[in-house]
Amino acid sequence: MRRLALAAALIVAGTAFAQERAIPLEKLRSGYTFLGDDLRSLQDDDFANPGLLWVSRGEKLWSEPAGRTKQSCASCHQDARSTMRGVAARYPKIDAESGRLLDLEGRINLCRARRMGAEPFKYESEALLALTAYVARQSKGMPTDVSIRGAARPRFDAGEKAYHLRRGQMNLSCAHCHEANWGKRLLSETISQGHPNGYPVYRMEWQTLGSLERRLRACLSGIRAEMLPYGSPEYLDLELYLAWRAQGLPIETPGVRR
Amino acid sequence: MKRRAFLAGLGGLALAGAALAQESLDPRAAAVAKGAPVRKGRVKVTLPQLADNGNSVPIRITVDSPMTATDHVKSIHLYSERNPVSNMANFYLGPRAGRAEIDSRVRLAGSQKVTAVAALSDGTFWYDTASIVVTLSACLDES
Amino acid sequence: MPARIQIAPKAKAGEIIEIRVLIQHPMETGYRQDDVGHPIKRNVINLLSCRYNGVEVFRAELSSGIAANPYLQFYTVAETSGEIEFTWIDDEGNQGSERQSIEVSA
Repeated sequence: MRRLALAAALIVAGTAFAQERAIPLEKLRSGYTFLGDDLRSLQDDDFANPGLLWVSRGEKLWSEPAGRTKQSCASCHQDARSTMRGVAARYPKIDAESGRLLDLEGRINLCRARRMGAEPFKYESEALLALTAYVARQSKGMPTDVSIRGAARPRFDAGEKAYHLRRGQMNLSCAHCHEANWGKRLLSETISQGHPNGYPVYRMEWQTLGSLERRLRACLSGIRAEMLPYGSPEYLDLELYLAWRAQGLPIETPGVRR
Repeated sequence: MKRRAFLAGLGGLALAGAALAQESLDPRAAAVAKGAPVRKGRVKVTLPQLADNGNSVPIRITVDSPMTATDHVKSIHLYSERNPVSNMANFYLGPRAGRAEIDSRVRLAGSQKVTAVAALSDGTFWYDTASIVVTLSACLDES
Repeated sequence: MPARIQIAPKAKAGEIIEIRVLIQHPMETGYRQDDVGHPIKRNVINLLSCRYNGVEVFRAELSSGIAANPYLQFYTVAETSGEIEFTWIDDEGNQGSERQSIEVSA
């Protein structure tokens, strides 16, 4: 009887934490693998990757004092190359103090408000892109590894729902392209699995660096759905789901994509 | 009489042949030489066969030249067959360059030929042309 | 205008050295439209000059056919120690510059 109870308990525990993956971990492919030789070489070029212009700028901003307290990121975090190592790989994450789910951009702005008494940077501003790219770059090569336990769980569940929700004039969900049809062609492009591990990314279509939220908005626009405003909690839910979905993929910031 | 006509005819063919070779060179690129002949050779334009994205395509232009004070490349002029602006760039070198080789990234509005004309210190002009297939065009496929 | 340059900090006299430059600039073609359909005005870096101890060793006239965030790689002969300086200007008159020292041994 006890053995049965134990087995039952284990099964329940197992299903509570086990999460089915549409694309199993061993079949995950970064957007990098969907690029041609030329753009892959560009991403790998430690000088000419255009995203590095923002990383260089972020490095300068890291030491720039700002706000009421006239402190810089470096005042608390010293050398980003060691203190920020691994950080991007674990985001989005719940902020213990406020309970908010934050992506890197949100975390940077929260630090600015809370610790520096400084105005938050606007979404897609040069400064926010630069700092986000600089911080994420410190995790280059490290595997994506976000937590969906505790307070993150309901946000993860909402993100999973959002991923599978049909929307827009085309009545498509993210899953229709990136789960059911990745690897197949859409016009002249091959559909990728839609992972976030290269972000912020230098996108050829934008001819500049852009955030993951910008890319999600572009997807929504592409399926003729309403684009939610920057900073909407739905984007954060989706970003968390996407990061979980990409578990193990190496951070590539700044990635180069089409 | 017949032999002279025959020889004149041959001469005509040779001229026509030379004109045809010039014809394959984009006249806008040829204009760099201001009427002087532009010969194929010594210049090499390297482009991928297929562009990942027309917004940024890697290009390399090399000119076979010793780059000495008396024998060097003065300038290289880059022309696009189909872009809205055909003269893409002009590069000015000289003996201090050491090597006549330039890498850059260009925008290409559709599949086309790209031509580089080099002006040498001895007053001669040389060119090369490379073809590329571009599926996602710059300037045209914008969002 | 943020820019990155890559030049070997040390070279031997007479050595042909590689110079790479990457400049942040949209190289706006004038053919794009904003999200309400208004054309975005053309603005490209039209002139870039590289001076080695004050002497121009390379010059580029650029147009909209050069990709955004322009990248160039070219060569120069290492002669004497000193400074290699880049200057550039765009259609609207904005100027930029970047420099790096080079140590040249005999």
